[in-house]
Amino acid sequence: MTVLATRPPTRPPVIELRGLARTYPGPPPVAALRPTDLVIAAGEYVAVTGPSGSGKSTLLHLLGLLDWPTAGCYLLDGADTSRMRDAERCALRGSRIGFVFQSFHLLPYRTAVENVQLAQLYNQTSRSGRARAAIEALRSVGLGHRLDALPTRLSGGESQRVAIARALVNRPSLLLCDEPTGNLDSANAATIMSLLGELNQAGFTVVVITHDRGVAARAGRTVSIMDGRLSEGGQRAVDYA
Amino acid sequence: MPDPRLAPAPGKSRMSARDASAEAIAGITQRPGRAVLTMLGTVLGVGAFVAVLGLTATSAGQISQQFSVLEQTTVTVQDNGPADDVAPPGVNPAIGFPADADAIADHVGGVTAAGVEWPVSLPTGATFTGSLALSAPSTQSTLLEAASPGAVTAMGLTMVSGAPITSYENDTAQHVALIGATTATELGISPARLADRPAVFVDGVAYTVVGVFSATARGGLSADSMIIPEKTALADFGNPEPGVGNQTEAVMLIATKVGAAKSVAAQIAAAELPTDPSRLVVTSPPSPQNLQSQVTGDLAGLFLVLAAISLLIGAVGIANTTLVAVLERTEEIGLRRALGARPRHIAAQFLSESTALGTLGGLLGTCIGVGVVVIFAATRDWTAILNPAYTLPSPLIGSIVGLLAGTYPALRAARTSPLAALRHF
Repeated sequence: MTVLATRPPTRPPVIELRGLARTYPGPPPVAALRPTDLVIAAGEYVAVTGPSGSGKSTLLHLLGLLDWPTAGCYLLDGADTSRMRDAERCALRGSRIGFVFQSFHLLPYRTAVENVQLAQLYNQTSRSGRARAAIEALRSVGLGHRLDALPTRLSGGESQRVAIARALVNRPSLLLCDEPTGNLDSANAATIMSLLGELNQAGFTVVVITHDRGVAARAGRTVSIMDGRLSEGGQRAVDYA
Repeated sequence: MPDPRLAPAPGKSRMSARDASAEAIAGITQRPGRAVLTMLGTVLGVGAFVAVLGLTATSAGQISQQFSVLEQTTVTVQDNGPADDVAPPGVNPAIGFPADADAIADHVGGVTAAGVEWPVSLPTGATFTGSLALSAPSTQSTLLEAASPGAVTAMGLTMVSGAPITSYENDTAQHVALIGATTATELGISPARLADRPAVFVDGVAYTVVGVFSATARGGLSADSMIIPEKTALADFGNPEPGVGNQTEAVMLIATKVGAAKSVAAQIAAAELPTDPSRLVVTSPPSPQNLQSQVTGDLAGLFLVLAAISLLIGAVGIANTTLVAVLERTEEIGLRRALGARPRHIAAQFLSESTALGTLGGLLGTCIGVGVVVIFAATRDWTAILNPAYTLPSPLIGSIVGLLAGTYPALRAARTSPLAALRHF
């Protein structure tokens, strides 16, 4: 795996949360995320840790523009997403955010390269451009030799690398990883973590949501969440790991 | 490694029609077995539609072809009589046709047989009695027709037994008769025993039965009639009496070669009556085609209703399968939403899939329908008739069925929350 040492130019924070909150209406109403301020600069590697029910998933959905906040605003690359229409948020999600899920979410009937190309289906990339970028992304995660393999023929580690290739094929501002090693054995988990590290080194902003101490320890910065409240530092993560 | 330099701000997510089609085809080909089963209703519906229209057109074409062969080879010439058509009682007007009308007609190019005929006027209460049966049954319902040998040939009799009237029998005014099968039954005359020389007595005058017929191709004479030679009729009963009872003028019946009817019709009046051709009115029999198409139209309507029911079942099948697919592929919907798809892209994908399935079903059904019509026609040596105006757009029926059937599942898919779809992390 070779990583280009390209540093991004100076730019606004990738993520800026100003009093962002999410309350589920219920009944009874649940304050899943209490008003939160958070700034993540471009090129940072941040781990968000917390036990089940702490609000991790709510934060992930808000950061991934999959859900609307009930209060506050969320600036992605300096643009206020809370004022955007759904169509614009979809476009932003497709181009600026790369998702890496715990269960990979690869389409079983599509080859590795077709799965990666899926990420470019909705952003007006030409067909030839899609194929080129997908092959390049797969090569960059060390799967240049598995382009036409179906997910059923891939190991867990390979599947997650295909998913990472899909996440970075659009050169997103933010790699949003949800328990990326949750379904992997320790050897594969180590490979994936070093790949994420390399991507961060290459300039990608990486946010990993996890309850795994080892995974969180790889990040340059740890933010913990408990009962919907965010706090800097990862000490509390140890307690529930 | 792609570098994460800031890309230009995106506008809206877009998906081209080509991509939507490609995704739909991929969705179908990934589950070929299910796709085939889903299509089945549409295949049957569209197939039935094409086959019904094709078979109806083919059989109607065949029937009208048969009718037209007869129609094309039949010319009727009516003696319109003099200006005061109705003669005084007891005086029979002269027949408009010359005595050698048959021979003159035979000289007109294209005529295969021609002759004069008319219904003979009988005194009221005249009875027909059979000679052979012991009980000597009698009837009054028989129609007595005078006909020249040429007219008998032109009628195209279907003989049960015996032979038609000969020229000799006519020229010598013999007391012979051809009787219809119904008359034979009524009078107790067995067609198998003509060798015994049975006779029919018409008001006491005997006519030897020389033949029994069951049907006529031209002239419309039914099987409850009796034909005697023209000259015998003139000798026994005199000229026809138009205006008395159901009497009509003499008629010339002409059978022509195929395609010759028009030229025969144009020449015959002048040939027969050069001094007063306008007295003869040349006509063709009314076409029975309208009645025929009405009957086949009713049948086709019934089958089209059946085709519509199959299409409805096909639509329900597609709707059901697409809905199940939407529920099964919740995770895929969530993933696509996470990758930037808008609700309308998700709807378009499932709608394209159901429409593509419907179109495929329509194409297959059209092929099967055409095949059924062609094979049916081939086995009967008929000409298959398929109207391109109905057949070519038939696959579109499948598309419409697929589109309508996919609408509700597609809307369900579009409304699926990406959160719900991706929840099982």
